Amino acid sequence: MIGYLVLTPFLAALLAPVLVFLLGHRASWILALVPGYLLYRFFDFVPAVAKGETVLQSHEWLSGFGINYSFMIDGLSLTFAFLILGIGFFIVIYAGGYLKGHQHLGRFLAVLLAFMGSMLGLVVSDNLITLFVFWELTSITSFLLIGFDNEREASRRAALQALIITGLGGLVMLAGFTLIGLVGGTFELSELLSKGDVIKEHGLYSLMFWLVMAGAFTKSAQVPFHSWLPNAMEAPTPVSAYLHSATMVKAGVFLLMRTYPMLGETELWETVLPLFGGATLLVGTVLAVRDKDMKLMLAYTTVASLGLLVLMLGVGGERAIEGAVLYLIAHSFFKGALFMVVGTVDHEAGTRQIDKLSGLRSAMPITALAAALAALSMCGLPPFIGFLAKESIYNSLTHGGLHEWTIAIVAIVGNALMFGVAASIAIRPFMGKWVDPPKAVHEGPVMLFLGPLVLSITGLVTALFALQFMQMNFFSPMVSAVAGKEITLDLHLWHGINPALILSVVTVGLGIGVFVFTNELKKIFDKVLNFINWGPDKGFDQAICFLTWFAGHFTRILQTGEIRTYMRITFLITALTLLIPMYKLNIWPNMPSFPKLSLWEIGVFVILVIGILQVVFARTRLTAIISLGIQGFSVALIFMLFGAPDLSFTQFMVETLSVVIIALVLTRLQLMKQDRRSVPSLIFDGLVAISVGVGMGALLMNITQMPLDLRLSEFFSTYSAAIAHGRNIVNVILVDFRAIDTLGEITVVLITGVSALALIRVKAIPEKKTKTTKGSPALKETS
Amino acid sequence: MESYLSILVGLYFAGSVYLLLSQSLVRILIGIALLGNGVNLLIFTSGRITRGVPPIIEKGAKVAEASIANPLPQALILTAIVISFALFAFVLVLSYRAYQEIGTDDTAKMRIAEPVEPSHLPKGY
Repeated sequence: MIGYLVLTPFLAALLAPVLVFLLGHRASWILALVPGYLLYRFFDFVPAVAKGETVLQSHEWLSGFGINYSFMIDGLSLTFAFLILGIGFFIVIYAGGYLKGHQHLGRFLAVLLAFMGSMLGLVVSDNLITLFVFWELTSITSFLLIGFDNEREASRRAALQALIITGLGGLVMLAGFTLIGLVGGTFELSELLSKGDVIKEHGLYSLMFWLVMAGAFTKSAQVPFHSWLPNAMEAPTPVSAYLHSATMVKAGVFLLMRTYPMLGETELWETVLPLFGGATLLVGTVLAVRDKDMKLMLAYTTVASLGLLVLMLGVGGERAIEGAVLYLIAHSFFKGALFMVVGTVDHEAGTRQIDKLSGLRSAMPITALAAALAALSMCGLPPFIGFLAKESIYNSLTHGGLHEWTIAIVAIVGNALMFGVAASIAIRPFMGKWVDPPKAVHEGPVMLFLGPLVLSITGLVTALFALQFMQMNFFSPMVSAVAGKEITLDLHLWHGINPALILSVVTVGLGIGVFVFTNELKKIFDKVLNFINWGPDKGFDQAICFLTWFAGHFTRILQTGEIRTYMRITFLITALTLLIPMYKLNIWPNMPSFPKLSLWEIGVFVILVIGILQVVFARTRLTAIISLGIQGFSVALIFMLFGAPDLSFTQFMVETLSVVIIALVLTRLQLMKQDRRSVPSLIFDGLVAISVGVGMGALLMNITQMPLDLRLSEFFSTYSAAIAHGRNIVNVILVDFRAIDTLGEITVVLITGVSALALIRVKAIPEKKTKTTKGSPALKETS
Repeated sequence: MESYLSILVGLYFAGSVYLLLSQSLVRILIGIALLGNGVNLLIFTSGRITRGVPPIIEKGAKVAEASIANPLPQALILTAIVISFALFAFVLVLSYRAYQEIGTDDTAKMRIAEPVEPSHLPKGY
């Protein structure tokens, strides 16, 4: 059943263009029913999962390879499914409003729904390979959505960059999955998760770890792979809000959570993840504070938030996981809402540059409210879910030693900077004096404010009114699933005064400082970054340039464009394949016997040898042509002498014709008499030629010294007269037993004749003098 | 008997490869013609050689005598001769036309498909 649920969005994707064609942008109200319906169906799993059960369903796929279309629903996948479908519901509606009247809205919604299906499949997959397939599908749909506005180069570049980085990471991850599957003996996650010890103690653990991390870090935009995520903001805002903040970029974090019982809690894990996560958190926040484009500011804080999540998973342990889980959920709500707010402002006011907007609260009150609620959650203030998340994070960091405190300081700095960004986005465009924006601004339609409003209110309601319900049905099962053991949370908004609360207060204090001194900080960060003047984004361009340069030159080495080089290599390899096996296996032909020849046989052989030598070493082309005829007629004589009169006749005729036409053609050419080759290359070519000759001769001798299988020949001899009623066996074979083959042959001859005629008849198109063509011989038309 | 023909076949291959490796169109053409004959002889010899008796069933008899030449390679070669002639004729005309268009019989200078200066490489995107 889960399998069919996962396929539903794909089916809806097929219908989307039709619906948009019929209903225009209102179609998104209907299409939103798909995630709505799926949400309703997934509620069926809630009671079981709350009890700590895991739902497993499997369809056979390539079961011989251990690859199945199998699904697992536990706390982790269920919560993710709810986020994907719940946010997806509002995003589909928002997209209809945002791209109202766009000629490709149908295509857009189709890809968006296909992404929804891929992401859903990713999180509920039980089989690693199935998971990988959905993983790459999300990369592909993301590529299509980032490049949606495909007429802009920036958009195309961003799409390619995202595809290359996440796609490469995914491929590396596949290697890791394969290794895990081989070591663990199965690809089913539900079985692998209980085999954590086998995998962690295996000699290849660190290799598996790094391979899987490559997938997770690229997808979740960890430094230094983060540059694709801010660039992905080229996509329309619904995509940024959905894929590049709430869902897809969390796939990497999801993978870390999923594999936590299998790969986690080792020294390597606890060293690498905090390093990458911490660096990402700091880099992300610094870049966010520096930017003026609100969408990019949010994108960088998304990078930072992903860093924080990876950091927390790296710290490990129940409390840290609790913090990561709460933060992940909170982030999906507030970041999705804020992106949509910025999109609405951009849509209605015509700009999203923060310094060009001010005082919009009177014109867009609902959007302003949504922005404020979401930002409060992002700032981690009570009574929002963001506050709970931050409390849990700090709580997990105040119980350890120096290591934990170092991480705590990184987290405080990061959170304070994010506080500043969140406050800027919620306050600067909406408060203060009215400034006329580029467009006459008014509140967005319901399609545009519904999503951000509901998501931001959810962040409040969850913490304030539904904490017990959410804790029992979602938070606890998810933490248990990640940790791999039963954990019951006991969350409250008020814990009394404890170290975590003090750290929160410090964060808020610092955050207000950041907000007030944003411009000063910007200047400092600008100076530092201008001094460095290099980033992974530039590095990506350099890598691509190097790749095309390298591919071009490498191709040039392999493909010199000189036919002689190709021929030399071909024949050298031919000679080596003939001679090396004979040498290695010592299967040279036996010393052949040379029976006595009759006089005419000797005569024919001698003429033939002279003919060949004469052809090869001829000084003038006339000698060459005549000698060619001589050797051809000698071959005809050999056929005649050894019982093949049919061949002999044919050969005579063909050789005569050949000599005639070659003489006709060659006498019209002005040719160089001398061989152009230098002496060393003549010697080299001679050696290659002799090796091929010796090889073929030895091969033939070897063949003739082995027993011959005559069954086919005997068949033809026996049945030629009896079945086909012909006494010339060769003729019977050609026109009867292998008649179709002969028909093919005739066709080939016919086609060649026609083509040759066409070649001769078609005259060259005279070069146009008005058009200056560089390198004229190369560009002359030949047709 | 096969030993003599094996040596001849070796000679054919050596000669034609030597010609094929040259830079001049005419030599390459002649090399192709020579190679065709060499290959035909190779097939002929690998079917074993018998002196004299063609693969023909006597009048009145239903089955051929045991001493006849092997008919199978002959049938194959008959096809091969015709095909290689067709190929040769076509290549000859093609070379002639190429010579007319490009004005050289030096294969090193026939660079339309793969020009010496590589076309501008894409910088990505």
